[in-house]
Amino acid sequence: MGRRVVLGTLGLGALGLAAAPALQSGLESFLGGAAGKDPTGLTGLLPNGGGFRYYSVTSSVPRKDESNYRLTIDGLVDRPASYTLDELRALPQTRMVRDVQCVTGWRVPDTPFEGVRLSRLLDAAGVRPSAGAIRFTCFDGAYTESLTLDQARRADVLVALRMQDKDLSHSHGGPVRLYVAPMYFYKSAKWLSGITVMEKVRPGYWEERGYDVDAWVGRSNGRDDEPTS
Amino acid sequence: MSPRVDTPAARSAPSARIRRFSRAERWVHRSTAVLMGVCVVTAACLYIPQLAELVGRRALVVTLHEWSGLLLPLPVLAGLASRAFRVDLTHLNRWGPHDRVWLRSAVRRLPGRRPAAKFNAGQKLYAAWITGATLVMLGTGLMMWFTHLTPLMWRTSATFVHDWLALTIGIVLAGHIGMALGDPEARKGLRTGSVSREWAEREHPLWRP
Repeated sequence: MGRRVVLGTLGLGALGLAAAPALQSGLESFLGGAAGKDPTGLTGLLPNGGGFRYYSVTSSVPRKDESNYRLTIDGLVDRPASYTLDELRALPQTRMVRDVQCVTGWRVPDTPFEGVRLSRLLDAAGVRPSAGAIRFTCFDGAYTESLTLDQARRADVLVALRMQDKDLSHSHGGPVRLYVAPMYFYKSAKWLSGITVMEKVRPGYWEERGYDVDAWVGRSNGRDDEPTS
Repeated sequence: MSPRVDTPAARSAPSARIRRFSRAERWVHRSTAVLMGVCVVTAACLYIPQLAELVGRRALVVTLHEWSGLLLPLPVLAGLASRAFRVDLTHLNRWGPHDRVWLRSAVRRLPGRRPAAKFNAGQKLYAAWITGATLVMLGTGLMMWFTHLTPLMWRTSATFVHDWLALTIGIVLAGHIGMALGDPEARKGLRTGSVSREWAEREHPLWRP
């Protein structure tokens, strides 16, 4: 009897694996709809409940605002710079609405991001001919990311100041985060504080731990999600 | 006339304690409980946004979760070396007609004694289900951990099964702990190895130690 229950549970697990793609999309649309009407927010805690998940690699992250936030640009540039939040806000802003896809599976549809094109900041700094890559550092003190120079110059890569038409909150990586629309969301480093132009790509935090450096949605990390940009 | 051990006087004597679990069995339970506890707490810190925000340190929490999960079956496997543990496993595996009666009266919440041998029907079902569920969690967990070993379709499916089964295990485990909290003598059995005769006759009347 006990053995039959053990085997039955294993069988159900295998069946769950097989039925997961269908079940998952059904649940995502059902729970996504329910979450909109649920005042307790408990549906958001269920698997496939929709919405963003908070991931941080450090124990605590300092809070920064207009008074103490700085974004520095250095490395292989002719004019290293340091921007305050107000200076970034004064630059021309680009708004994009795309899906967000996390490499762990969750996807948030039609999320507006708004900010300064990274290419504009790079042009202002004057990238030297020997440069080939960008390294991003964050004021959480640990997270790093990377892009090739060609990737960084794409029109859908922003230094984002706003998300969902609100100023970026701390838990979403505010006041300033990177937004790399065509790639898995770990590329969109939160709490961005440094942009260093380098010769070659240096793998970022999660990339040193096994994730792909070129993280195109649907064409990397062994996943086949629908491209986001 | 020689005194019999199950006279009413002997039954109610405080010294009449019955051996229920050997030292090896208690350690199997204890170490499984600790590993399962680490799994559940780290899972909560990875999954619940408020806790994730409070704890952070994602790489460390992931490592703890992976290793406690991987080690979770070890205490039971090591326990197989103990004869007492193997005997109890056969008790758990055997399903008698009284188990059906026990289950029916438990589901209908009928008052009065329910027939059970060393383990009641609920304990048998729980033991078998949590074994299967742990193995499914281990399998799907390994698929998520070693992402380059399995085809990509499997991995998303594994995450799906892992997440929903985790929620189910959380609820069932809460029931398991809740029932233990409501029965101090059962807890004493796992802490000291022995239970009172009065408790054994009330909860496990068909048990012949």
